[in-house]
Amino acid sequence: MMDERNPVTPATASGRALLPAPPSWSYAAYMGRALFGFWATVRGLAAFALITFGVITTKFGAARDVTFPAIHREQARTGTRVLPMFLFISAALGLVVVGQTITLLNQLGATSFLGPIMVAVVVRELGPLLTAMVALAWSGTRNVIELGTARALGEIEALEALRIDPIHYLVMPRVIGMALAVFSLTIYFILGTLVSGYFFVFVTNIPLRPDEYMQQLTDAMSGLDFVILALKSCLFGVVIAVITCYHGLAQPLRLEEVPQAAIRAVAQSVVACVLLDAVFTVIYILA
Amino acid sequence: MDDAGLQPKTPALEMTALSVGSRGDPDTPILENVNWSVAAGEYWVLGGLHGAGKTDFLAMTAGLAPPLRGSYRLFGREMPVTGDEFLSERLRLGLVFDGGQLFHHLTIEENVALPLRYHRDLVRGDLENSVKTILEATGLSPWAGRLPGTLGRGWQKRAGLARALVLQPEVLLLDNPLGGLDARHLQWWLDALRQLSAGHGLAEGRPMTLVVAAEDLRPWRNRAVHVAILQKGRFSSLGHQASLAGQTDPLVQELLAEQPAPA
Repeated sequence: MMDERNPVTPATASGRALLPAPPSWSYAAYMGRALFGFWATVRGLAAFALITFGVITTKFGAARDVTFPAIHREQARTGTRVLPMFLFISAALGLVVVGQTITLLNQLGATSFLGPIMVAVVVRELGPLLTAMVALAWSGTRNVIELGTARALGEIEALEALRIDPIHYLVMPRVIGMALAVFSLTIYFILGTLVSGYFFVFVTNIPLRPDEYMQQLTDAMSGLDFVILALKSCLFGVVIAVITCYHGLAQPLRLEEVPQAAIRAVAQSVVACVLLDAVFTVIYILA
Repeated sequence: MDDAGLQPKTPALEMTALSVGSRGDPDTPILENVNWSVAAGEYWVLGGLHGAGKTDFLAMTAGLAPPLRGSYRLFGREMPVTGDEFLSERLRLGLVFDGGQLFHHLTIEENVALPLRYHRDLVRGDLENSVKTILEATGLSPWAGRLPGTLGRGWQKRAGLARALVLQPEVLLLDNPLGGLDARHLQWWLDALRQLSAGHGLAEGRPMTLVVAAEDLRPWRNRAVHVAILQKGRFSSLGHQASLAGQTDPLVQELLAEQPAPA
């Protein structure tokens, strides 16, 4: 049987040189399509983000009877209601990561390095990024599903017919609410992890007093840590909200397309947050 | 006598050589060369089969999509206008969707109150009174606290009407309001539209300009309405309903027929 992917050329058939089959261009075509798709997505997201920030700056105080309660509602949905789960995750992470780290440091007789390691791992990296990922799973996917369904059912058209700006009514509260919620959750997450980490120290009788632990933490932190922690966590919230709202709202969707839109939004949010995290890491290094 | 009384009245809607794009494919015209003028207070019914472009036409008229070509004026102002500085102009026109298109996360009362809360700076008491009045007028008071998904199609359509009326538009576009209704709901809608056209308290007593898209003209056979037909990409204004008796257009006869035409 002839192999369709490696067709016998006239040259081989006649018994002359065995030339390789012409290269398949399907991979190049696939890469080309992927690149164009990536560029279109980046452009669409950038345009949507600019429109959103334009609306936030020009209409922040407009229709506050409607939008301010929506911001509080978004904060509650993304922040307050998730807090018990966050505290559980932070406690578990504290016991696992901090516990293992301190056990290792104790064996090496280097418990004095616990503070700097905790600040570098938990405060600068793990806290904001893990909080963003959980917020994405909890609220980001909900954004895509809610807005995509509303779009598919014609509710966005209904808003436009009532002369209600969908970005102002639906996106602005989500962006602001999620930024504030991710920031607050990150603080709780870091506190929970550091406290549960010390709990592990306490129950395993490792010779490290609470005041020594606190002193190590405060010595390892600088003012820049607080500034960048606030900026980073708020930006994570903004990025997640903008990307998930874009995929739910900005594209014409049918109901059956909503799950695919949610998957795309989650993947792009993860990539965007990791890239943003890398940018902040570079800032730390350069500062 | 004031000067306004001496000047000819500006039409509520005026379209000249207008082409309308499909919402699914905005560059493809679904209606072409529409020439149509609607005076304030008139009651029009646009007949056409499913897919004739009625919904796209209403969406364009409501300013949700721009016309492909031609001129469309709402009370003399070229449409569509999008800026907030023209908000008061844009609020002169309301649209009632086929299925109501209610916001499913809000109760019926919240759905009706939303446009008021967004556009009007009302104190809580005035807001509640306005919403209560509309809900009572549309018979929705018993379901005010229910979510739209728990109500039947007929009540959802009424809630869509209530939500559009709460801003007191001067022109109201209605997409297939009688579609899928039982006899009782159907009669209620015909009476409600007649009252709105004649001047209802909800519109401060002034006659409301109505444009209704319908797949069946029979409910309007004996009513004082103007009729237009959409078919094969053309918009034909047929004039007053009384003049329809002599119409030989097969589609008009089909839409007015007692029995559905055989397939």
